Amino acid sequence: MEFKETQPIYLQIADYVCEKIVTKAWNAEERIPAVRELAVQLEVNPNTVMRTYEFLQQKDILYNQRGVGLFVAAEGAKNALKYRQSEFIQKEMPSFFRSMVLLQMDVSDLESYFKKYKKSNP
Amino acid sequence: MITINDLHFHYGKKDVFKGVSTTLEPGHIYGILGKNGTGKSTLLYTIAGLLYPKQGSIRVNGFAPGSRQPGFLQEVFMVPEEFYLPNISIPDFVKYYSPFYPKFDRDAFYGFMKSFDIPAGSLLQGMSYGQKKKVYISFGVASNASVLLMDEPSNGLDIISKGQLRKVIAGATTETKTILISSHQVQDLDNLIDEVLILDDTEIILKQNLDAVSRKLLFKISLDPEDLKDALYSESILRGNTVVKKNEHAEESRVDLELLYKATMANPEKMKSILSLN
Repeated sequence: MEFKETQPIYLQIADYVCEKIVTKAWNAEERIPAVRELAVQLEVNPNTVMRTYEFLQQKDILYNQRGVGLFVAAEGAKNALKYRQSEFIQKEMPSFFRSMVLLQMDVSDLESYFKKYKKSNP
Repeated sequence: MITINDLHFHYGKKDVFKGVSTTLEPGHIYGILGKNGTGKSTLLYTIAGLLYPKQGSIRVNGFAPGSRQPGFLQEVFMVPEEFYLPNISIPDFVKYYSPFYPKFDRDAFYGFMKSFDIPAGSLLQGMSYGQKKKVYISFGVASNASVLLMDEPSNGLDIISKGQLRKVIAGATTETKTILISSHQVQDLDNLIDEVLILDDTEIILKQNLDAVSRKLLFKISLDPEDLKDALYSESILRGNTVVKKNEHAEESRVDLELLYKATMANPEKMKSILSLN
């Protein structure tokens, strides 16, 4: 996993987990990788993964079954989508809009590109 | 648990430490940063009991390292930057050296050999420096010693091996282990380190948990020249400036260890005063 420069690592890992859940690679009530397993896979400190998992529990995306492990919450996909949407609007859209203004483009200019993109990435 | 109290050390007339005191707790990976010659290796060697404090004391799991009692030695493993391995095979090395470490995990060791692509039956003789280093690090992690000291572990490793090294260290981290890594190649290990120690001019000028740093400082790439006015440190890059400033609006950013180090070296007193606020 390639980490971006400015976003805290624990939130980048949260994005990764949310993407797994939104795309149904990890389903509701399914057990997710243990802290250590994900830390090794992503080459990060296990404390960072722990922080991600705690954060996602607060968002009702994951839940902890003591002694068994962490699971995707029943409403996990819905909550993950809601969280990622708000992050996208707050963090990614402003710089995208900034480029649009700079390049004198309007939202209507995007529609055909967006349609084309959706067609080739169903 | 490592407790250092008023540590003094010097080589001849050259002072390395003049009254260093700190506590290092299990469950963390400490990254020791500092210029060449500021005592990164010396600190590791004194904790390992290979150098003796000239004044002051060190306690590791309740033991004085310099006494080198068995109860201390079996719980401490040091991977030095320069080391010697005997000319024997890997299985013989394990056979002769693992009995010193009662918690040694043979399966884990051979697992690491596999992930580093080193054939289990190889002779240490004729291996490259990088390969020997991988064997040594794997052995150290597999020893399950509660104190793991590594001096520039990524030195001499190729890009793929650095990734493998990060996986091995990530997997080695437990609540009962204290891991200390000295490094001047910060970017090799920066997602592993959760506590940073910066050494300079015979003392620890900064010791911080990185989550705490991220609450107090903001690291950003800025296009706005306004941001430079109250920056603690900045560097101009192609897309604008990388800036370190006080985190006044509880924003969250990724701590850039290299920038933190440079900002601290540029103005240690100011950084200390900002980071010591709660």
